[in-house]
Amino acid sequence: MKAKIYVTLKRGVLDPQGKAIRASLSHLGIDGVEDVRVGKFMEITLKEIGVEVARRRLDEACRRLLANTVIEEYRIEIGG
Amino acid sequence: MKTAVLVFPGSNCDHDAYHALKYVIGVDAEFVWHKRSSLDGFDAVVIPGGFTYGDYLRTGAMAKLSPVMGAVRRFAEGGGPVIGICNGFQILLEAGLLPGAMIVNDSLRFVCDYVHLRAGTDRTPFTRGIPEGTILKIPVAHYQGNYFADERTLSSLEERDQVVFRYCDPEGEVTRESNPNGSARNIAGICNEGGNVLGMMPHPERCAEEVLGSADGRRLFDAMVAWLGEKST
Repeated sequence: MKAKIYVTLKRGVLDPQGKAIRASLSHLGIDGVEDVRVGKFMEITLKEIGVEVARRRLDEACRRLLANTVIEEYRIEIGG
Repeated sequence: MKTAVLVFPGSNCDHDAYHALKYVIGVDAEFVWHKRSSLDGFDAVVIPGGFTYGDYLRTGAMAKLSPVMGAVRRFAEGGGPVIGICNGFQILLEAGLLPGAMIVNDSLRFVCDYVHLRAGTDRTPFTRGIPEGTILKIPVAHYQGNYFADERTLSSLEERDQVVFRYCDPEGEVTRESNPNGSARNIAGICNEGGNVLGMMPHPERCAEEVLGSADGRRLFDAMVAWLGEKST
């Protein structure tokens, strides 16, 4: 089974890369972009351990390593 | 008196720290590979700068799980002096031995330059004898040195006398212009509540001799030696 993990900076934490990208988009003439937040995407392949167990383990993985909850938040999607 | 200089895959200021300790200060120093799980016999620990594990995931995120970090935690809990410099500071933050986190410099540029620091507290082993308000000239070299913590943590750091260094101008004024990376409240270095664990982005080991442009960094290591001397008598 596969899981997807998205890690992004929390609202309120400055994202200088996102700001620079937003400015570059506007230089390209791509209008209407209000804000850009840059993050990380991880695709994880798991053994068949069941959705509930997988969610628990990935949540622990995020809290202890994959995300730094001082500055980041994470979202876990299982399946697909 | 024996000091440990930790070496992780990707540490690159380990030899500078070793040189400063052994040949400038004149204390016994030993490299300690990150796989070791004991720091028995050591009186102080230096976590040097570099790019441990290629900064994968986040700076210091992989290094915090090395076996030696368990030993650092026990050493710190026992009151032993620990200094994390640059990437060493980032590792201490990731390990939760110090509060807060580092994000990318607000300039989005790697900054490599001499900066001025204003000393905040002399209660750490590395700043004993460096009174509050002392101005030190010490270089920085980093891309992710923008210190972040929530407002509550920042206020708590100030209330508990844990801000050890702030970026300032040559006159000692803490200004926005003198902040090289966007760090919250110009913070360049903090200590734990006990005061024995110090993390700082600037590199004192790179400026421990006049021939290198400044010998101000030496003062931190001299302070450590004096502190250890007092403790053993």
